[in-house]
Order: sequence, then C-alpha cells, then structure tokens
Amino acid sequence: MVLLGFLTVTVLSVVFLRDLFAIVMLFGIYSFLAAALFVTLDAVDVAFTEAAVGAGISTFLLLATLALTARREKTLPDRPLLPLLVIGIVAAALVYGTLDMPHFSDPHAPAHSRTAPYYIESTATEIGVPNIVTAVLASYRGYDTLGELIVIFTAGIGVIALIGYRKRDRDT
Amino acid sequence: MYTPIQPFNLVLRIAAKMLIPLILMFALYVQFHGEYGPGGGFQAGVIFAAAFILYALVFGMAAARAVATETVLRVLAALGVLLYCGVGLAAVFAGGNFLDYNVLARDGVSGQHLGIMLVEFGIGITVASVMIMIFYAFAERGVTR
Repeated sequence: MVLLGFLTVTVLSVVFLRDLFAIVMLFGIYSFLAAALFVTLDAVDVAFTEAAVGAGISTFLLLATLALTARREKTLPDRPLLPLLVIGIVAAALVYGTLDMPHFSDPHAPAHSRTAPYYIESTATEIGVPNIVTAVLASYRGYDTLGELIVIFTAGIGVIALIGYRKRDRDT
Repeated sequence: MYTPIQPFNLVLRIAAKMLIPLILMFALYVQFHGEYGPGGGFQAGVIFAAAFILYALVFGMAAARAVATETVLRVLAALGVLLYCGVGLAAVFAGGNFLDYNVLARDGVSGQHLGIMLVEFGIGITVASVMIMIFYAFAERGVTR
C-alpha cells in the first residue's frame, strides 16, 4: 500500500510538472517503485524487466530525446475541450470493457483455473526448467515472444529510419 | 560526434573501467541463468547495452565505435531474430511444429532446454544491439544542430 501511495504521488507530480527533465527523472523513480511493487507481489521476473528497461534504458533514451528537443513543455494557449471529451469517452469505454473481466486475483478466473495450473504442473515434466516464467515465455508462448522480439527489431529499424546515422564523412 | 562528458575525469574513467566488466558478466549471467533464476534474454540484452552505453558516455563515441560499428550492430540485430526463427524452422524440419523444441534433441526435455537457450540467446543479441543502435542514433544526432 505504501508503494502504491508513492506511485500515485509520482504520477500526480508527473501530470502537474512542466519541466520535462524532472518528469523523466520521476518516470525513473516510478519504474523503480513499480519494480519494488512487483517484487512484493513475488513477480521477480517482471520486476527485473521493469528495473532494467523502465528505470534504466528508457530513462536514458528519454534523456537523449530531451537533448534533441526542448526542456520545457509547451503550454497550450487555450483549454482543449474536444480532446478532453474524446479521452473521457475512451476511458469510459475502457472501464466499461473491464466490467466483464474477472475480478482482480479471483481464484476462479479462467487464467487461474485452467492455464496457470497446467503450466505449474507440467513445466517440471515437459520442459524441465526450474523457472516457470522462462518456460512459459520461451516455450509455451514462443510465438508471442517471437512477436515481441520482432517488435523490438522493428522499433530499432524505425528509429534508424527516422533519425538515421549521420553521414560517415566525420568518421575517424 | 558525442564527446566524452569530461575527457579527463579520472574518477569517472576508473570507476567505469571497474564497473563495465562486472555489468557485462552480470548480463551474461542473467542471459544463461534465465532458466534457473529470474531473467532472460530481454533483461540480459538491456543490461549488456547499458554497459556499452556507459562505455560510450565515458570514453566517447569513437572508442565505442571501435568496438562495434553500426553495420555490425545492424547485422547482429537481424541475426538474433534469424536465430529465433531458425530454431522454429529447425523444429519444423525435424518433424515438429514451428517452435516445438521437443524434436530438437533425442528426448523432449533436453530439446526444450536447447530450444529455450538458443531462443533466449537470439532475444539477447537483438535486444542488446537494437538498444545500442538507438543510442548511437541519438548520440550522433545530439551534437551538431
């Protein structure tokens, strides 16, 4: 609960701040808090990823982006009502969509009553790997992980295509 | 070109020199120990890239490019995806389904071990090189404007 409170405070200060550098730093803190939260939920793999990717690399990449752009956020001259309306409708639709989902940590949810027990029972005999997360990620859900890898690859290509390397004339 | 923050900062250079091998070792540990503890290709790739970025920040882009050029990184990024797909296709050619590691070795469990290890290695290669690639692109942009 304490961690959740800290998370909320961080998010609120991100929303109200205008200094982008401070916001990037707060995002790093947010990722660390989220990682700590995942550890308390016994999801060490997720926590590890959050700490490495969220607090590490993405903070750095955001800082690099800041170095290319401005440090202060532009303030809009007027109050945009239409975007607010659109966001409100979309948020309402999303919340409505979650109403059909099983409750948080409901032991009778399909994910907890079918797939999760199957993975827990059969990983030891079928895969023989102690870390079930790795077994699910790389073997049972191999297609998904392949998709994720291709997403990262495509993102890299996209960044290179957009920003590009400078021409090699200055190379030593 | 991205010049070192402070070219003659002795403390920074020595601290980085001490830290970088440890970070690289930790990345490899996370990579190949992912079946037993937390971690795996994604985390290992990011940690590896972080060590590389630290090197480039402290010692400059020219030194970093002496280790890995953009072309090498581009090839490596594609190679990781290729390795992953290759494992999948190897399973097909061995008579199984795509990414069905059971057929890769004599018995299912060791086939799964082999498949997971190779696939995670592919993930690690691609993630690390894409991260370093993006860093290069940003760092090269940042100076002359």
